[in-house]
Amino acid sequence: MNRDRRGFVTLLTKEVRRFWAVLGQTVMAPVITALLYLLVFAQAMDGRAPVYPGVSYTQFLLPGLIMMTVIQNAFANSSSSLAQSKIMGNLVFLMMAPLGPWDFYAAYIVAGLIRAALVMTAMLLVAIPFVHLPIQQPLALIAMFLLAGGGLSVLGIIAGIVSSKFDHLAAFSNFIITPLSFLSGVFYSVHALPPLWFAASHLNPFFYMIDGFRYGFFGHSDVPIWQSLLWASGFFATVSAVCLWMLFTGYKLRR
Amino acid sequence: MNIPNPAALAIHGVRKSYGEMQALSGVSFEIKPGEFFGLLGPNGAGKSTLISIIAGLIRADQGSISVLGHDTVRDWRAARRALGVVPQELVFDPFFNVVDMLRIQAGFYGCGKEVWPWIDEMLIRLDLNHKRNASMRALSGGMKRRVLIAQALVHKPPVVILDEPTAGVDVELRRTLWTFMRDLHAKGTTVVLTTHYLEEAQEMCERIAILDKGNVRVIETTEQLLNRHPFRFLRLKLANGGQLPASLRPFVTSERNGSIELRLEREQQPIASVFTALRVAGVDIEDVQTREPDLEDIFVELTGNGISAQPNAMGAMK
Ligand SMILES: Nc1ncnc2c1ncn2[C@@H]1O[C@H](COP(=O)(O)OP(=O)(O)OP(=O)(O)O)[C@@H](O)[C@H]1O
Ligand SMILES: [Mg+2]
Repeated sequence: MNRDRRGFVTLLTKEVRRFWAVLGQTVMAPVITALLYLLVFAQAMDGRAPVYPGVSYTQFLLPGLIMMTVIQNAFANSSSSLAQSKIMGNLVFLMMAPLGPWDFYAAYIVAGLIRAALVMTAMLLVAIPFVHLPIQQPLALIAMFLLAGGGLSVLGIIAGIVSSKFDHLAAFSNFIITPLSFLSGVFYSVHALPPLWFAASHLNPFFYMIDGFRYGFFGHSDVPIWQSLLWASGFFATVSAVCLWMLFTGYKLRR
Repeated sequence: MNIPNPAALAIHGVRKSYGEMQALSGVSFEIKPGEFFGLLGPNGAGKSTLISIIAGLIRADQGSISVLGHDTVRDWRAARRALGVVPQELVFDPFFNVVDMLRIQAGFYGCGKEVWPWIDEMLIRLDLNHKRNASMRALSGGMKRRVLIAQALVHKPPVVILDEPTAGVDVELRRTLWTFMRDLHAKGTTVVLTTHYLEEAQEMCERIAILDKGNVRVIETTEQLLNRHPFRFLRLKLANGGQLPASLRPFVTSERNGSIELRLEREQQPIASVFTALRVAGVDIEDVQTREPDLEDIFVELTGNGISAQPNAMGAMK
């Protein structure tokens, strides 16, 4: 392996080991939370009219919950790792090493995607015996997973760079990620919303990630798949541009 | 960019301000390959700032630095590969154990299993082997310091900068570190050492730069520096509460517990002349000691600044 490649692989391995060592917190806990939502809402909403033809409420709910969990965990992975290193001061070991902006960018994305994929797989494995999920459009499903998981990992890098206290990171998570992921049509079809909320949902990138992901399973969605792909790609491109600008200029990293 | 025999470190006109505060106001000097170099200066002189700029952790406002001919900005990958830096702050990753941390750090530099024997050797030499599987969290301050040193050396860099590696380290361990640094130097590594223990610098460094308020005050070989001031010290204890004659008063530098220290010009004031003056005044001498000026005297002369950082530790070293 060439030296530059090995530097990147080491960074990636380190990031994976970080969450791997505490799988209970990083994978099990979010899966259990999501499954509790599934259990409670499936019970409460049981017997409602199907959202799409032939798609029960529980079936409708599961992909949204998976995508919400993917979003939250991809974000948490890179943001907490970076913020912690920064606050502890051990980020200097990375900053002194011959690792470049692209190494950071790619390593945090891949590590975030691996954690997100574990979360997704665990949820599917647990839920599949109880909830039948078809996979009508596997390519759309994979594309939405990669764009959303990748985009949120990148947003996590940005949050990690910007935060100089754990409070900042918590604010990012509590005031941006959590509200946007809950108000994104996980629990309902946006067509059921009053006009104002309906319009507002269409400005929320997470809505498109969830809607497009659902399309991958059912071949049905609230907005056309190309629109969701476009939004998710636009989100990924935007956060990547900001993140790479920060990494290349050393914003808040190299004073 | 490969000039034949480039300097280990070439620093050109480096400036850095924090707001109004000029941390470095145009620092330039070179360090030759294989040198054992001391970077000294009082607290806040700008030493760590300069080191951070060399390491690429901070950006200079102006000026440039190259490590073995590799510019730290344009050719950053090669410059960082050539460099190992021990930071002043005791930073660590609480997540990993000692040996994993060192292997990971080696990996960042593109080094794999081939450096594991070297890592094991360092753990033994730095007396850390019994802690190799301990979490970084569970180490004492001195142990963390040693891990930091090992971490800076995992990739066998030809140029090593140690920012106060012996701060807060006990006497025995300090000796271990000295031997370690000497061996490193003997193997051809360029070593740059920052310390507030001037005796340590005097003992170890071939050449010394004294930084003060962001400027290089002086840069000379240790020998030149020590010969800089043609004076020596004479310590007297006078018998039976005798008083120093007025003619000798101007040369007193300190007076404590009846022990008086005089600073004498080597050429103009032979020690014998002091004895003569005392005999003429009819004062008996109980005890006498001479002392050559050490780095501390010169440091105080140059910076107008005592080493107030760790006075007790200084005493303990004597
Ligand atoms: N991040 C920063 N923001 C503002 N000022 C800073 C910063 N880092 C250093 N300084 C200032 O720059 C000056 C030089 O600091 P530096 O840490 O380089 O000193 P030093 O020579 O290493 O001192 P010491 O011997 O105490 O380690 C000091 O006045 C310090 O207050
Ligand atoms: Mg310092």
